Amino acid sequence: MFEHIDPNQIQLTSEGELKHFITVEGLSRELLTEIMDTADSFVDMGAKQVKKVPLLRGKTVVNLFFEASTRTLSTFELAAKRLSADVLNLNISTSSTSKGETLKDTLMTLHAMQSDMFVVRHSSSGAAHFIAEHVTPDVAVINAGDGRHAHPTQAMLDMLTIRRHKGDFTNLTVAIVGDILHSRVARSQIHALRTLGAAEIRVIAPKTLLPRHIEALGVKVYTDMQQGLHDVDVIMMLRLQKERMSSALLPSESEFYKLYGLTADKLALAKPDAVVMHPGPINRGVEIASSVADGDRSLILDQVTNGIAVRMAVMSMAMSGQTKCRMETAESFETRL
Amino acid sequence: MSILIQGGRLIDPASQTDMIADLLIQDGRVAAIGVDLQEQAEQVIDASGQVVCPGLVDLSAHSREPGPAQRGSIKTESRAAAAGGVTTLICPPTTNPVVDSPAVVELIKDRCEETGITRILPMGALTKGLEGDQLAPLYALASSGCVAFSNGRNPFTSSRVLNRALEYAATHDLLVVFNPEDAALAEGGCMHDDTTSTRLGLNGIPSTAETIEVARCLLLVEQTGVRAHFGQISCERSVHMIAEACERGLPVTADVAIQNLLLIDENVNGFNSAFHLQPPLRGQLDRAGLIQGVITGAIQAICSNHHPLEKAAKEAPFANTEPGMTGLETLLSLSLMLVEQQILELPQLIEKLTLAPATIMGIDAGKLSVGSRADVCIFNPELSWSLTPETSRSRGKNTPFMGYPLRGKVTHTLLNGHTVYSL
Amino acid sequence: MSSSSLNVEALLKKMEQDLKALLTSTEREDPLMIGIHTGGVWLAERLHKALNLESPMGVLDISFHRDDFNHSGLSLCGQSSQLPVTEGRHILLVDDVVMSGRTIRAALNELFDYGRPASVTLITLLDLQRRELPIQADVTGGTLALGPDQQIKLIGPEPLELEIRQK
Repeated sequence: MFEHIDPNQIQLTSEGELKHFITVEGLSRELLTEIMDTADSFVDMGAKQVKKVPLLRGKTVVNLFFEASTRTLSTFELAAKRLSADVLNLNISTSSTSKGETLKDTLMTLHAMQSDMFVVRHSSSGAAHFIAEHVTPDVAVINAGDGRHAHPTQAMLDMLTIRRHKGDFTNLTVAIVGDILHSRVARSQIHALRTLGAAEIRVIAPKTLLPRHIEALGVKVYTDMQQGLHDVDVIMMLRLQKERMSSALLPSESEFYKLYGLTADKLALAKPDAVVMHPGPINRGVEIASSVADGDRSLILDQVTNGIAVRMAVMSMAMSGQTKCRMETAESFETRL
Repeated sequence: MSILIQGGRLIDPASQTDMIADLLIQDGRVAAIGVDLQEQAEQVIDASGQVVCPGLVDLSAHSREPGPAQRGSIKTESRAAAAGGVTTLICPPTTNPVVDSPAVVELIKDRCEETGITRILPMGALTKGLEGDQLAPLYALASSGCVAFSNGRNPFTSSRVLNRALEYAATHDLLVVFNPEDAALAEGGCMHDDTTSTRLGLNGIPSTAETIEVARCLLLVEQTGVRAHFGQISCERSVHMIAEACERGLPVTADVAIQNLLLIDENVNGFNSAFHLQPPLRGQLDRAGLIQGVITGAIQAICSNHHPLEKAAKEAPFANTEPGMTGLETLLSLSLMLVEQQILELPQLIEKLTLAPATIMGIDAGKLSVGSRADVCIFNPELSWSLTPETSRSRGKNTPFMGYPLRGKVTHTLLNGHTVYSL
Repeated sequence: MSSSSLNVEALLKKMEQDLKALLTSTEREDPLMIGIHTGGVWLAERLHKALNLESPMGVLDISFHRDDFNHSGLSLCGQSSQLPVTEGRHILLVDDVVMSGRTIRAALNELFDYGRPASVTLITLLDLQRRELPIQADVTGGTLALGPDQQIKLIGPEPLELEIRQK
């Protein structure tokens, strides 16, 4: 009863091009590769004196952040500006939405301002999906993180960083470590790694921070970090929110660090050329030792650079798909006339 | 006023009738049943090719009155009930204000009488304001017409208060209805806790949120001897626990909402808030367990769990929407799918929608024999139709079955011998 | 010029001679040759060799500056621009054909993102004489008038051939 819902339906055009970027799940390896290829050419752009291209000239990008995040907001802002878009940053804290204006009201107001793209961050899973369903067809929606569901641009910047260092995914063993339960980053990373053909994906966490049946997503579960890090090529650390201690998920930061913090000793269990990643901001001495975060195996700063390029790539790809969609609609409208 | 219903397939589970027969109604009661009745009547309904059965009794239907009018009223929801062949609604006490004083009961009865389209029987609150602290005036509420007592999904943080409420209800031989859910385990959850919730990143409500509360309630039922009913259970494990208690001779019964027999958690894929329900849609195994319970009789009745909501309540990201679906108009058509899927025979299904819920509540309804009250549902089992927002009578349009192809449509509904709906 | 005389080698020879003459007359020293992806790069490689230029050549990708992004979207050629320092240099910009002038407009924009060159000279194999912008080549192999439903494409890199196609 009721057909299986394909999460692609909403984010792809009839030609299979991106028109929104809501989730990595269900996208083809070809499309993920295209995102990385496009991003690669934007990384190279850093050599120019004028770090700006006119792809989104005259377009209005609204960064719609219902959840505060200076870091992600600024990389999206910079990406949009480097594409020559006009950028409007809206920090809509939960307090202002509780004034009675519904999310839908907010969207309608912004649409009346003739925006072309919404970059959305929201604390509820499915929010980007909801917004993509409820905006008029000519607005592209980029998910900048929704609840625990997805953070597709973060996952793609991680994939780009891995590809630039390891070349190919098929022989890689990747470990994702930390608060998997609350992490949209981990979910998107898992989908991306699977699609790109990573040999083995491991998640390492205590049971309180593992969602139910996470192995159904195609990962191996480890509760012991020593075992989990054995011979891995890539270690992806997750951020641990402080409030996890107060909700009986963990006894203390120090116990977590002792068991699941990435120290030089634990890093030595991985392959000699293993690389270390973290979506930031880092809690030094909670998830990761300073010496590891700043060490020569750490790709944390590369991730930031690649983040801007990936965001430029998906923004230009989605805008292009959206524009084509609109022209198709206009054409079919004309033929009907 | 007399009505003759001719040539229909008459199904009355109470008398185990299943035959082509005529039904004569006079003065609000069934006057005669027989093949080719020759009596004259003021109105004749040709029911050939149709099923004639007792009006449906729905164990859980929120009429929203008293309460916010944009969600529905006794008038709008009664019309929806009539269109769905439902003649008796058992309404939970979770109105605003809650049904914890006889004045609220009187108000509901007055509005129901004024409307005259359906029979609404309120359940009373077990505790004042449903807060789980102080007992509501159960005896006074029962005297003014409450058929059962419930705290809805509002928690009893103190097992001692729960125990006392049950003891007090047992004192007056009152029926208690549980919607079992451990508030702490369910906190923040919006769907079944399993693979799908993990993939979608939605907070889960584990099955144990229900089963732990079923266990606590069953132990206290055993200790207090109160008559108890479990409303809208969703887990296979609950079915077993309740069936086992029944076997040990405890006075317990259970019902299930039709949607939990048809849908599963995977339907939430795509974040469609229409599938945000309470209790949540569980996994495939739970659904199978519930179906098994319906077949074996461990679950006696099927209800709509009718929760009309205004549009805005469903227009938000999934977790921010309110749970519930409007269900009175589709209860029969959806239930007929169980017959189509050969899970139940038609008379068995009718029993679970009429006689069984009436028996659980101890009310005079759900029967069609000579002398019984003429609450009748006539439906064409072959007629295809779809519910649309325009034709739906409920104030709430919140159902995943909006526009879904359905088979089996109510053509006439009679309450006390009066036609309250005809197609 | 008829389509039968579309001999790339002959056209290249003429371009080489004209370009040599131009460089001599303008007295521009150590020019920087840049090919526009992809056909322009093949031609630039040949001219670079023939003229024996000292500075290594550059490659220009114009995808980010195309003015038809809103119609046909982003079409990446797969290789991004690779340029040595362009600031203050005399640029020899090479493309296969100049038609409307839009590609060259995009190329100039991309070029200027890397700095301010001293001069830009445009060299193309063919001029299709369908200018839509005030841009024309300083050196061309020849001119060609195509029918309204005809398209021309440079096939390469080895051997270089011109192909006229019906749309």
